[in-house]
Amino acid sequence: MKTKVTLNLNGNQVSGTVENRTLLVDFLRNDCGKTGTHIGCDTSQCGACVVHVNGKSVKSCTILAIQAQNAKVLTIEGVAPDEDQLHPMQDAFRTHHGLQCGFCTSGMIMSALELVERIPDPTDRQIADWLEGNLCRCTGYLNIVKAVKAGAEAMRSQAPRSEQNRQ
Amino acid sequence: MNNFNYHSPSTLAEAKSLLSKHEDAKLLAGVMTLFPTMKMRLATPTDLIDLGHIEALQGIAIENLSVEIGAMTTHSQVASNDQIVEELPVLATLARGIGDAQVRNRGTLGGSLSNSDPAADYPAAALGLDAVLRTDQRDILASDYFCGLFETALEETEILTAVRFIKPKRAAYVKFPNPASRYAVAGVLVAEMPDGSIRVAVTGAAPCVFRASAIEQTLEKQFSPGVVDSAGLDDSDFNDDVFASAVYRTQLVREMCKRAVTQLLDEPKG
Repeated sequence: MKTKVTLNLNGNQVSGTVENRTLLVDFLRNDCGKTGTHIGCDTSQCGACVVHVNGKSVKSCTILAIQAQNAKVLTIEGVAPDEDQLHPMQDAFRTHHGLQCGFCTSGMIMSALELVERIPDPTDRQIADWLEGNLCRCTGYLNIVKAVKAGAEAMRSQAPRSEQNRQ
Repeated sequence: MNNFNYHSPSTLAEAKSLLSKHEDAKLLAGVMTLFPTMKMRLATPTDLIDLGHIEALQGIAIENLSVEIGAMTTHSQVASNDQIVEELPVLATLARGIGDAQVRNRGTLGGSLSNSDPAADYPAAALGLDAVLRTDQRDILASDYFCGLFETALEETEILTAVRFIKPKRAAYVKFPNPASRYAVAGVLVAEMPDGSIRVAVTGAAPCVFRASAIEQTLEKQFSPGVVDSAGLDDSDFNDDVFASAVYRTQLVREMCKRAVTQLLDEPKG
């Protein structure tokens, strides 16, 4: 009961043979070595494992690796334009102290990126609503909302470039 | 999770044949309930049949009197589809309130209705908007479909393919969400149907969605939040659990109902 999975991960084709029950998050972490995506609760509540599958944010603990067959998967490792530069949303989290321990941060950022895709200029309320499925146990969320707002603003001003970078 | 065989059929007929062939097979939709259940070993299917690649289960069709939505349509698609927002706004609003953004990106209309969780939102829309649940075998009226706690009229190998909702004159759905899960502790859909009748469907409060018929009759006489408290409400089997007592749920049902009625009076085109 194993299946070969091939998918596009952050712009590169990857493949591996996995047990059918392998969750996407385990494939990303254990087979692809992309450990920026975290496993917090494993019950689709905490959002530490959020990645994009074909442009939509999903909890990668609640989708099989084989369900992402031939899909485009984007993880936190794939959002920055190059090794020396952060993505504007990553940068905003650093600038606005949107993290303390950092465990939830990659999921927060991957969620926030879909929000900005849908609503380029979100209000605080829209940000808070959208982050319903991302839990942070350190910050109290206020700086996260500030960071997302600032990240969205930075992305708007860099819109042409982020268009090019989109997976 | 235990391991399983994985099937990814591209037609409904293929899915049906796989489902009939494997005794412990389960259909796989958005899996927002199935995988957590499997992780706890509460379900250990030998075969999973992924419905994600079957075109016949997708799509949204707007008709004069109704809106038909494919079973594999995600909550996110229902919430943001321009035609649904325009023609059946109550359903878009309901879908927008389910779980969180990532749950809405994966969870499906058909998955929710097949599972028939007592605290799910869609059952209130199906029963409240006099829906027809279409399967690969037949059409089932919502009033015949919901049988009890996680129980529906679906047979072992029957596959829900689409749901046809009647467009009401106006309708509103208001719920008291569990603050963590966003499941309805109590949720009430109030609809004025094309023939002028009032339907009040309640989810979250009892083992299964139901119509509050005494409240419906009272609202038909006088459509006002003020009359809701005086109408009868059979709360004999209301859920009594760690989240809310039965007494509290009775109160919540009345309150959510009043809010829905108020919303409709404030904004006639619900």
